[in-house]
Amino acid sequence: MITAAPLLSESSYWYLSRASGFVSLALFTASVVLGLLTAGRVSSAVWPRFVTQGLHRSVSLTTVAFLLVHVVSIVLDQFVDIGLLATVVPFVSGYRPLWVGLGAIVFDIILLLIITSVLRVRMKHHTWRWVHWLAYLGWPIALAHTVGIGTDRLWVVVVVTVSLLAVLAAGAVRLAGWRRVVAGRPL
Amino acid sequence: MSEKFAVDMIGCDGHGLCAELVPELVRLDEWGYPILAPAVVPPHLAGHARKAVTLCPKLALTLVPTRPR
Amino acid sequence: MNAPLRTRHDGRPRLLAGWAATGRGAALAEHAQANGPLPTGAAPHLADLATAAGLRGRGGAWFPTGRKLATVAEYGAKAGAAYVVVNGVESEPAAGKDKLLLRAAPHLVLDGAELAAMAVGATEVTVAVHRGTGLAASVGAAIAERAAYRWGSGLPVTVVEPPRWYVSSESTAVANFVGGGPGKPRAESAYRHGVKGKPTLVSNAETLAHLALIARHGPDWFREAGTVEAPGTALFSVGGAVRRRAVYELPVGATGEDILRMAGGAVEPLAALLVGGYGGSWVGLDALARPFTPEGLRPIGASPGAGVVIALPVGACGAAETVRVASWLASQNARQCGPCFNGLPAIADDLARITWGRDVAALSRLRLRLGVVNGRGACAHPDGVVRLVASALTVFSDDIDSHLAGNGCAGLWRQPVLAVPQPPDVSEGWR
Repeated sequence: MITAAPLLSESSYWYLSRASGFVSLALFTASVVLGLLTAGRVSSAVWPRFVTQGLHRSVSLTTVAFLLVHVVSIVLDQFVDIGLLATVVPFVSGYRPLWVGLGAIVFDIILLLIITSVLRVRMKHHTWRWVHWLAYLGWPIALAHTVGIGTDRLWVVVVVTVSLLAVLAAGAVRLAGWRRVVAGRPL
Repeated sequence: MSEKFAVDMIGCDGHGLCAELVPELVRLDEWGYPILAPAVVPPHLAGHARKAVTLCPKLALTLVPTRPR
Repeated sequence: MNAPLRTRHDGRPRLLAGWAATGRGAALAEHAQANGPLPTGAAPHLADLATAAGLRGRGGAWFPTGRKLATVAEYGAKAGAAYVVVNGVESEPAAGKDKLLLRAAPHLVLDGAELAAMAVGATEVTVAVHRGTGLAASVGAAIAERAAYRWGSGLPVTVVEPPRWYVSSESTAVANFVGGGPGKPRAESAYRHGVKGKPTLVSNAETLAHLALIARHGPDWFREAGTVEAPGTALFSVGGAVRRRAVYELPVGATGEDILRMAGGAVEPLAALLVGGYGGSWVGLDALARPFTPEGLRPIGASPGAGVVIALPVGACGAAETVRVASWLASQNARQCGPCFNGLPAIADDLARITWGRDVAALSRLRLRLGVVNGRGACAHPDGVVRLVASALTVFSDDIDSHLAGNGCAGLWRQPVLAVPQPPDVSEGWR
């Protein structure tokens, strides 16, 4: 990576993209965890289920906001060759096509998740549910994209590891809840 | 427009968000499934009622127009 | 099933006339000889004929058939398609009338179905029969006979066998199955959203057989038998402690006593009757004087349903019989609605604790649960179980008090009067 000294604003796009990328991953992780907790029916006297569900929706929308900043700023950045097309079509960028390509896949998936969820009442629940399962595909790819595009700092490794553990823990809760629901049905 | 709650019992999985949001009109039986009051949704609860419909994880809860008696 | 058949009305059965004479099913030639050709001219105003005749569905609901025909025709015209399904599934263990009728007079049923199809604008007819009875083959043979002799409307008629679960004979479940889905009930009525989402007429086999005769002989002829609100004859499956357990055809309006007399009378002193089926109600012996029509039994909270009458002898334990049937019914749910798949086993369990366990707390808990479960499923299956158990608590209240007081009951160890079939194995599936 080359930084041209006189044009500070240009390397600003790069840092903006990196920063918003990490925030997006953290928010995406939080959204996945909240989604797993909703499905796992976690609640207590002071934490009702509608809060989990409501947070899941708000955090998801916030994720998209930061993701858009992440995508737009990297397109505007002059020093890496990532055009607008490469943000949605995987593996066509000039700069590190594999890892950027994974990012494009995640972006596509998240757009699909958000659009179907906003239009949830207008489609069959069955259809919405099948599309929403793509989140289980999107999140690991987001993690891979983050790690692959450049983990040159320890704190990044820490953030990624914590995210992974959080999702695994929430996943265990979800599975425990699923078995409880299924057990309620005879035969 | 007067409305009341209706629930698709096949879709309902007993998540119980509806009873949390509108306990005045929805209570849960011993297995976690909603018992809906037959009453019309009063105006001060309309916002909560719509939120309950939107937040239901299975989209099983709906508001249906009801003929005023 | 060789009892001489007599009805109040001119002494001749209508649906089972051929069967009474020959003891076997009517081939097409016999059917044509006895009933004449298919009256296709009646199809355009079939709904009016049915309404004028006062024909009401014989599948259990006693819903006016003319109104059903008109509704499906109307919705079908708007939707651009309609279907006709003959419901001969009869998963009620105590009922045998539809299975008998499909063997004895398949062409009457098929005539009625084809006329109904023409009336509602359906392009195909499907006959649903009980799996594993051989009816699929025999009805299939009747259909082939009709095709060979070019009898009928020319519409395609097929036979299907839904799974043997109790709920799979419910009209929306049959429509669901015919459309390629599982044999599970749905929340929307079949006349709105049936086979493949299109308006569907799901009619009981016996209803369609009556329709085939009304189309030939007219509404006035039909009304010569029966009551003003429920005209015609009906098939009754009579069981329990009677001399001859069988299916009998009687004019609607016959009393409980008439029905038992047709079956040779009771073989022991009776304690109660189960009327309507396993999802019906227990009634006391004072009901015997009543006409077994919807209007005649409504004042005591009962209905003839699909024409099932079972006589419970004094030596049997009504509570124990009810526990057995309720437990079986609980196992037959479609696993779709929480109050049903949770509530029905809980209700059966409470009744068992009362009957065998002297659990007084279970009685108040049971009454509460009956109120909570009633009406909270997508179909009427939980309602039937609630009706059965609630009527048992009323009719057998003295026995139940005696059980709870620890007095024991000789009937607990008697052979069961109400038989329950082996529950279908899980491998039966829903397709």
